[in-house]
Amino acid sequence: MAKLTKEEVKHVANLARLAITEEEAEKFAEQLGKITDFAEQLNELDTTNVEPTTHVLPLVNVMREDVATKGLDREVMMLNVKEQEDGQVKVPAIM
Amino acid sequence: MTLFERSAKELQADIKAGNLTIADLTKEAYERVAKLDGDVQAFLASNEEKATAQAAEMDKVPFEERGPLFGLPIGVKDNIVTEGLETTCASKILEGFMPIYDATVVKKLREAGMITIGKLNMDEFAMGSSNENSYYKTTKNPWNLNHVPGGSSGASAAAVAAGEVPFSLGSDTGGSIRQPAAYCGVVGMKPTYGRVSRFGLVAFASSLDQIGPITRNVEDNALLLEAIAGLDANDSTSANVEVPNYAAALTGDVKGLRIAVPKEFLGEGVGEAARQSVLDALEVLKGLGATVEEVSLPHSKYALAAYYILSSSEASSNLSRFDGIRYGFRAENVNNLMDLYKETRAQGFGDEVKRRIMLGTYSLSAGTYDAYYKKAQQARTLIKADYDKVFEDFDVIIGPTSPTPAFKIGENVDDPMTMYANDILTIPMNLAGVPAISIPCGMENGLPLGLQIIGKYFDEATIYRVAHAFEQATEFHKQVPQIWEGK
Repeated sequence: MAKLTKEEVKHVANLARLAITEEEAEKFAEQLGKITDFAEQLNELDTTNVEPTTHVLPLVNVMREDVATKGLDREVMMLNVKEQEDGQVKVPAIM
Repeated sequence: MTLFERSAKELQADIKAGNLTIADLTKEAYERVAKLDGDVQAFLASNEEKATAQAAEMDKVPFEERGPLFGLPIGVKDNIVTEGLETTCASKILEGFMPIYDATVVKKLREAGMITIGKLNMDEFAMGSSNENSYYKTTKNPWNLNHVPGGSSGASAAAVAAGEVPFSLGSDTGGSIRQPAAYCGVVGMKPTYGRVSRFGLVAFASSLDQIGPITRNVEDNALLLEAIAGLDANDSTSANVEVPNYAAALTGDVKGLRIAVPKEFLGEGVGEAARQSVLDALEVLKGLGATVEEVSLPHSKYALAAYYILSSSEASSNLSRFDGIRYGFRAENVNNLMDLYKETRAQGFGDEVKRRIMLGTYSLSAGTYDAYYKKAQQARTLIKADYDKVFEDFDVIIGPTSPTPAFKIGENVDDPMTMYANDILTIPMNLAGVPAISIPCGMENGLPLGLQIIGKYFDEATIYRVAHAFEQATEFHKQVPQIWEGK
């Protein structure tokens, strides 16, 4: 795996919805490169036939009865919304 | 001195005897904060008005209706949501955010009758080990104000160490309760993954995060864990395992206890004082009838790399909810919706958070997923297997919590790798999901050192028994920072 380039960092920042300047892309490329270099040591491990662990507890499909319950009031949910109109969230133009 | 020198049991006895009221305790907390927090800088939002009113009401409750923590003050880490009390995760992106419900642990604190004094500073979104990554302030170590309190629950440990509150809640994703507890000379427990509900804990890495108690002594810690633990319908990863009476486990008896000491925990990079304090502690426990044997956790060295891939990957997904639309900071003067997302996040997150979001996004991308994310999950399997194997033959594993005492503010901050190495003794336990505590076990240059005791899944009771036996046999927990007496 090669070092992260500035272009790759800009691509990742776009995927992560982070605005980024040229200088930042350069700085992060260097810092992230150090971390991915460090992560390369995992390649020393033989992981043939090793199952990945997503979770430490033996939990599968925690179910509950399919009964509708009341959620939070709309008024309460709108308390932290900066811009709103008639009980709806307002955002800038999509295009 | 402060009233908070006393244990929960002693405080309750004083209240019952008529020497103290709950209102006195709440007042004491705010007086201590007023006197010391200018130096320590632990608190973000204050709950003074509500807490004072609540205390006056609670003094009227008959004694027979009160539990062991009733009326006692507590501070809550700022990534745990508290209805009507600002919760920011120490990030600009949540500035002014007023939660509309309580986290399950906060609900449980209320049921136990505890009084929330305020919210405690942290590294932004719990990413860091010094509290220097807070957008709002840098919390100081009460033992030496030029040093960090650790992190990410740095202020949770500092507030207890400074005697501002006798109890606090922290969260631990890679050592964020234990390392600050060690740095500040207090008791901090990371419970088994699933022991405590995460509902209302702002998620960093969902498969690793766990809320836990920070206190001045082991018994108080056991009481607080019992109050917050248990199955919760709102967290499908909370475990359906009975919560024992932890305080009843504090028998002082460790005869025949089998202690494993991993050679990896006392090797290169561990300071001489930290090493010696652990060896001395093992002698104390041997003197009480425990046996000690060296073991190996051969995959420990891979924990840090696996942790950074996995925690950052989970964080990149969890933190996608912060987009400026429904709560928190919202960027202005933008052209369209995409710009709003990008500008809000660019202006709202600090560099460490951005770094981890990007590392996680990269690790999960097509083309790198197998090499990074899947490989790290496989490493996690091997690390977990190390612990399973040792626990076949031993009751607890013991080592240092941190290789050194608290470092100076500004000392490590420019080099991410140095900061990451600080977490190496604490991360494998989160990957394995096992419980672990840090308790005071020594001093170096006027700063505390921590002893780490790791237990089997859901066996916090044995950890508490060992920690309590050690505490009763030693004097470390009685030491307090000079700041207690004022400047």
